[in-house]
Amino acid sequence: MLDALHAVLVAPFRDMAGSPAFLVEVLIGGLFAGLMYSLVALGFVLIFKASGVFNFAQGVMVLFAALTLVGLLERGAPVLLALGLTTAVMVALAFAIERLVLRPLVNQEHIILFMATIGLNFFLEGFGEMLWGANVKKLDIGIPDRSFIVRGVQINELELTAAVTAAVLVAVLALFFQRTRIGRALRAVADDHEAALSLGIPLKTIWVVVWSVAGVVAIVAGLMWGAKSGVQFSLSLIALKALPVLILGGFESVPGAIVGGLIIGIGEKLGEVYWGPLVGGAIENWFAYVLALAFLLVRPQGLFGERIIERV
Amino acid sequence: MIYREAGQFKSSYAGDQAIFPVVQDRVFVTAAVAAAVVVPPLLASEYWLQAVLIPFLVYALAALGLNLLTGYAGQLSLGTGGFMAVGAYSAFKLATAFPRLNIIVVFLLAGVAAAAVGILFGLPSLRIKGFYLAVATLAAQFFLIWLFNKVAWFTNYASSGTITAPDRTLFGALITGPNSTPSARYLTALGLVAVFALAAKNLVRGRIGRSWMAIRDRDIAAEIIGVRPLRTKLLAFAISSYYCGVAGAGLVFLYLGSAETLAFDIGISFLVLFMVIIGGLGSILGSFLGAAFIVLVPIVLSNTPHAIGLRMPVALQKQFELMVFGGLIILFLIVEPHGLARLWQITKEKLRLWPFPH
Repeated sequence: MLDALHAVLVAPFRDMAGSPAFLVEVLIGGLFAGLMYSLVALGFVLIFKASGVFNFAQGVMVLFAALTLVGLLERGAPVLLALGLTTAVMVALAFAIERLVLRPLVNQEHIILFMATIGLNFFLEGFGEMLWGANVKKLDIGIPDRSFIVRGVQINELELTAAVTAAVLVAVLALFFQRTRIGRALRAVADDHEAALSLGIPLKTIWVVVWSVAGVVAIVAGLMWGAKSGVQFSLSLIALKALPVLILGGFESVPGAIVGGLIIGIGEKLGEVYWGPLVGGAIENWFAYVLALAFLLVRPQGLFGERIIERV
Repeated sequence: MIYREAGQFKSSYAGDQAIFPVVQDRVFVTAAVAAAVVVPPLLASEYWLQAVLIPFLVYALAALGLNLLTGYAGQLSLGTGGFMAVGAYSAFKLATAFPRLNIIVVFLLAGVAAAAVGILFGLPSLRIKGFYLAVATLAAQFFLIWLFNKVAWFTNYASSGTITAPDRTLFGALITGPNSTPSARYLTALGLVAVFALAAKNLVRGRIGRSWMAIRDRDIAAEIIGVRPLRTKLLAFAISSYYCGVAGAGLVFLYLGSAETLAFDIGISFLVLFMVIIGGLGSILGSFLGAAFIVLVPIVLSNTPHAIGLRMPVALQKQFELMVFGGLIILFLIVEPHGLARLWQITKEKLRLWPFPH
C-alpha cells in the first residue's frame, strides 16, 4: 500500500526533478501536441459560438480538407493554387451545409442538430474517400521534419512551424472577431439569434461565413496533422482528441480552446511519461477526458466558458 | 374508422390506469407479441434470425436503456458502449466462475454490475449539463474499454483477448454458446426484451418516470417542487446502465457468440444514440422503431446494388453506403425531428377519421 502511494505520489516527481532537461522536453512535446489539439478545437468553438451547433463533423472536415489538398497536389497543382482551390472547396461545402442541413433545421433542439452533424460526419467520410481514395497519403509542403537542439533540448522544426501557424491563426481570428464589421455581427448572433435577426443581421450569411472560417481552420489543422503523420482515415478521429480540450476550455471561448489545448497536451504527456507505466501504458485515449472531467467538477462551464445563470 | 376509441368508456380506476387504454392498441400489441413468438422460429431463415432479428432485439434493449436516460431524464450520454461492455464482461466472468448459475440470473446480475458503474460515471451529471455532460460520459466509454483491454483477468487470461459465450441451458434447451440454435437465442432475447419493455413502460408512467421528466424539462423548477436531483439523476443513470448492461450481455451471449472490446467502441454509442433520436426521444415504441431502422438500413443498403444488378468494387460500395447512411439520417432529422414514434402517432390520428375527412 505504502509502496503504491510512493509510486503514484512521490516517484514521478523525483524523476522530474532528477532530469530537468528531459522534463522540459516532455513539456515542450506536450505544448506542441496541445497546440495541434487547439487547432481542431478552434473549429468547434467557432461554429458553436455563432450557431449553437456542436459540430461533430469538424474532425472529418479536417480529413476532407487534407484529402482534397493532397489530391490536388498529387495531380500536379502548385502549392498555392492547391491551397486556394481547397479553400474554395471548403467554402462551397459551407454553402451546401447551410442550405441543405442547417436551414431546414432552424429552431430545432441542440441534440437534433448535433445528430445531424454526425450524419454529416458519415457522409463526408464516404464522400472524401470516394473522391480521393482511402489509402494513406504523404503530405509534403516543404517543411522538413527534422529537429535541432537548443541547450540540450530537442525541438522539432515541423512542430515549431505548427506552433507559429497556430499562434498567427489565433491572432488573425481574434482581430477578425473584435475589429471587423462581420466579426461584430458574429458576436451578436452568438449572443442572441433573435435579437440579431431583428437588428437586420442576416443569419444565413453569418452561418456561411462561420462554417467557411471553420473550414479554413480545418485546412490549417489538416495541413499540420497531415505533414506530421500522413493523411489517412484516422485523421478524422482527432475530433475525439479535441473534445476534452473543448469542455476544459469552454465551448464558447476562443482563448479557452487554446489554453485548454495546452493544458490537455501537457497533462497528457506528463501523465503518459510519468504515470502511464504504473498502469500498463496506453492511457492517452482516456487520460485527457478524466483530466477535463476533474476540471469540470470545479468549474462546470469550463475554464473560460460563459457563466451559467439558471432561472426557473 | 379503424382506430376510433369512441364508445370505449372507462368505468373503473384500474381501467383508467391500464397501460393500453384503447382496445385497438391492446389487440395490436398482443397480436404483435404473439406473432413475434410464433412466426420467426417457424418461418424465418437462419440468416434472418441471426443477422436481423436478434441484433434488432439486442439493440432495441440498449436503445430502451438510453432512451430512459436521454429521452426521459434528459441526460445526454455517449457512454453506452462502455456500459454495455461492463454488462458483457461481467456476464462472462459470472458465467465462467459459477457454471451452475442460471443464465438468466447471470444476465440480471451483469446488469447490476453495469448499474453500479453507471452510478459512478453518473455522478458528474450533478454538476455538469448538456454537451459538457455528453463529453464527460465519453470518459466512461474510453476508460472502460481501456480497462477491459488492459486487465487480462476480465477475459480469463485468454491470449486472444476475446470473450466467448459458454454453452448454457434454460428449461433443458441450449440457449447460448456456439451449439445453440438461432431460434432458441431469438426466443430468449425476445423474452428478455418483452419483460424489460413492459418494466420501462411502467417505470416512465409512474412516480419515477414523472420525476425524470420533471428534471428533464426544468431541473431547478423540479427541485423546488420537491424532486431530489441527486437521487433522480443517479437512478436514471443506474436503471439506464442496467438496461445497457443486459443488452451488452445479450450482444455477446445471444448475438455475436464471442467478442472483444472492439464490439463496444465509440461507434456503438453513436449507433444507439441514433436509434433513440430517429425512433423518438422519450418514447418506448420509438426505441424499437429506431433500432429496426438502424439495423435494417445497412442491410438494405448493402443488398440493393446486388439486387438491381449493379456491380461495384467493395471499397466503393462501402463508401457509398456510408454516404447514403449519413444522408438518410440528415433527411430523417429534417423530415421528422421528433422521430418515427411521432410519425406513428400522426398515422393514428389519420386513421381515427379515415376514410371520412371530418
